[in-house]
Amino acid sequence: MAQKKMAIIATKGALDMAYPPLILASTAAALGWEVQVFFTFYGLQLLRKDLSGIHISPLANPAMPMPVPMPVVVQMLPGMEAMATSMMKAKMKKKGVASLEELRTLCLEADVKFIACQMTVDLFEFSKDDFIGGIEFGGAATFLKFAGETDVCLFI
Amino acid sequence: MSYDKEFDASGLACPMPIVKTKKSLADMASGQVLRVIATDPGSVSDMQAFTEQTGHTLLSSTTENKKYIFLIKKA
Repeated sequence: MAQKKMAIIATKGALDMAYPPLILASTAAALGWEVQVFFTFYGLQLLRKDLSGIHISPLANPAMPMPVPMPVVVQMLPGMEAMATSMMKAKMKKKGVASLEELRTLCLEADVKFIACQMTVDLFEFSKDDFIGGIEFGGAATFLKFAGETDVCLFI
Repeated sequence: MSYDKEFDASGLACPMPIVKTKKSLADMASGQVLRVIATDPGSVSDMQAFTEQTGHTLLSSTTENKKYIFLIKKA
């Protein structure tokens, strides 16, 4: 069986959307696939050395399961984002869900290629030091060359 | 059935059982058997998919004391 290939474009930086690209990439790599993930816009946040800024907000997230119903006027109060983030992280830890750092390390160990969108880096004036090592910097055309040959291409 | 190595993935959720199984198999020789224990219900079908995709053999997939036990032979 020829080796399968997967390309993922990761565009989101909130805690809930950080998981799909990393879980899919690490699992596909475990299955022997060749995987590349292109991190652009808010997805670039997932490549930072310090991931403590990855949060989840209860505001305007009507699909988020809540212990008690929470009207929007309460969701927007100061401190609610921090509370939702710590509650979500605590729940993940309790249920044995890996941390983002762990999933990221597993991906890199499994030879998943991480590409940071150079344009987004320039746009938000990030420095290369903000990011973890072992990643490449590239543009859309470079990524699309690989994406065009994949069995699975996802936009997250 | 005898096995050469055991990995306990109890308490770990997707994708950890599969990813760690792959890691455990990497250090083993061809023909050796790995025993994996998991509590994640999704691991039952995941382990099947993993062995089909990677060419290793799933010798058995059973339940014991509310845990899922897999025996995998390295290709």
